[in-house]
Amino acid sequence: MNTMTKQPASAKKVATFVASAIVLAVLPFIVGGTFGNSWVRTLDFALLYVMLALGLNIVVGFAGLLDLGFIAFYAVGAYTFGLLASPHFSLDMPFWITLPLGALFAAMFGVMLGTPVLKLKGDYLAIVTLGFGEIIRIFLNNLNAPVNLTNGPQGINLITPIEVAGFSFGKPHEFFGITFNGVYMYYYLFLALTVLVVIMAWRLQHSRIGRAWVAMREDDIAAAAMGINIRNIKLLAFALGALSGGVAGGLFASFQGFISPESFGLLESIMILAMVVLGGMGNIPGVILGAVVLTVVPEVLRDVIGPLQMATFGKMIIDPENARMLLFGLALVVMMLVRPEGMLPSKRRKAEFEDAKEGV
Amino acid sequence: MAEVLLKIDGIVKRFGGLVALSEVGLTINKGEIYGLIGPNGAGKTTLFNVLTGLYMPDEGSFTFNGQNLFRAKPHVVVGAGIARTFQNIRLFKEMTALENVMVGRHIRSKAGALGAVLRDPRTMAEERAIRDKAMELLAYVGITEVAHEFAKNLSYGHQRRLEIARALATEPKLLALDEPAAGMNPRETEELKALMEKIRASGVTVLLIEHDVKLMMGLCDRIAVLDYGKKIAEGVPEVVRRDPKVIEAYLGVAHE
Ligand SMILES: Nc1ncnc2c1ncn2[C@@H]1O[C@H](COP(=O)(O)OP(=O)(O)O)[C@@H](O)[C@H]1O
Ligand SMILES: [Mg+2]
Repeated sequence: MNTMTKQPASAKKVATFVASAIVLAVLPFIVGGTFGNSWVRTLDFALLYVMLALGLNIVVGFAGLLDLGFIAFYAVGAYTFGLLASPHFSLDMPFWITLPLGALFAAMFGVMLGTPVLKLKGDYLAIVTLGFGEIIRIFLNNLNAPVNLTNGPQGINLITPIEVAGFSFGKPHEFFGITFNGVYMYYYLFLALTVLVVIMAWRLQHSRIGRAWVAMREDDIAAAAMGINIRNIKLLAFALGALSGGVAGGLFASFQGFISPESFGLLESIMILAMVVLGGMGNIPGVILGAVVLTVVPEVLRDVIGPLQMATFGKMIIDPENARMLLFGLALVVMMLVRPEGMLPSKRRKAEFEDAKEGV
Repeated sequence: MAEVLLKIDGIVKRFGGLVALSEVGLTINKGEIYGLIGPNGAGKTTLFNVLTGLYMPDEGSFTFNGQNLFRAKPHVVVGAGIARTFQNIRLFKEMTALENVMVGRHIRSKAGALGAVLRDPRTMAEERAIRDKAMELLAYVGITEVAHEFAKNLSYGHQRRLEIARALATEPKLLALDEPAAGMNPRETEELKALMEKIRASGVTVLLIEHDVKLMMGLCDRIAVLDYGKKIAEGVPEVVRRDPKVIEAYLGVAHE
């Protein structure tokens, strides 16, 4: 069957590729033109979350290691960027140093987290990683005395926007007589890096390393008995997942121009995990979908709930912010009941869920 | 002159108060089929786990092909050339038969994360070689037709064969099989016997745990008998079979 469909499929693939490239290229203009620039900003965040979710997916989806502190790597990437390119230390390093450095530090933190938890699985691993995430946040909150490293709860301000050859992503630019806001610039930058992260994740999955992760996830004893060095392959998953998180963090810092420990709480970790699980753990298209849906839907709810209440009841019955989280939580619960394997699960994951149901 | 491949001496393995292996020593020569028998609970699987690095022995010595493997990690043991199958099949259930065997190539291939992401020519060539070798091994054990099925959907006999193919993918010098014929019908057992002889003929030494005495007598060059964690006999099948201690060990548990 595989070989029979191969020829037409590749032509179809090219068509799909070209079509999605065009859609992605014009998307910010359609969205911005119709709903305003704040929605382009939401698109930018969706891309950041896609990178984060794909990073976490390496750890949770590919290697099967439950990580509830993933946001720590986002924080490491963001603070590396922020501290090296802001008035806080009067430094102004270019992004091509701060961004890779942030990714590298994040990967190192990944190994740092991975090493003590090598022997832990499931719930125990989840608890320790949760603690790790909180420790990083608390450190960032308190490292303003006796030496002011992180500026504590006030965070880091005036972070330099990314600048390529004098072209700043932070300022509006004019092309062909049209003015483009910074959110448009960042969209294309984030898109480019997201594509790189997707390619990285995809190629890893379909490689010797990816196979070793699946083998370890399915049966770590059999995997060891087949010659897989469990320690190394686990640490590699932690490091590579953290790497993507670090890149996203650096981009976040330059995009916002401001970071504080508040952005890196447990709720964020849980949100990213929800994107992975809801989208379809281990399946890259599923994880992308999960990240986009979970970024965009809450924003839509925010805009819709208030006016809707006014229109139907003539007054606000529930605070829109609360109603939004309530609806959102409800949607997650329903989703997990109806489709626990996620929106777009991989074939493998589906089979695993069938097994679990049969109690194998 | 037989050349020694594996030698263990005075191996002790305790689980809390239970002495699962008590000063077990044995020597396996290159090219032979070496049988390991004994009543249930005698410690055969435990010995396999010690030989493959899954359990750390408490005492003793263990050399393989001139290399010290005492308390070595599983991947080191596999690298040195010992591969195994499991008494209760441990395939990667949600991987295809082909992927299972490809995992077996892990230790004999190199591509790291960077190669995987860059897909340089060397990585691509290695990946092709892994796939080709895995297909070759599926054909070798006679299950090419199920290459793209999930392992969990294979018949029992095919799963046993797949486990052997996966172990062979690591290019072992010693293949250790833990009750490979368990649950097989006589025809399947015959085919398995032929497969083991083929493997031995290809130059791989075989260490075999099996309960089917007839099969063991016909197949093994030498046999060791374990009982309550102790080796009570060792030798050619004809002699071992008539050993009073062996007869007693088996009669003692005949009605379990
Ligand atoms: N991981 C373990 N923990 C505790 N006891 C074990 C463990 N593995 C094996 N044993 C015990 O060691 C003894 C030998 O078991 P085993 O090696 O499986 O026997 P065999 O394979 O010869 O039937 C048994 O009493 C078994 O209960
Ligand atoms: Mg056993």
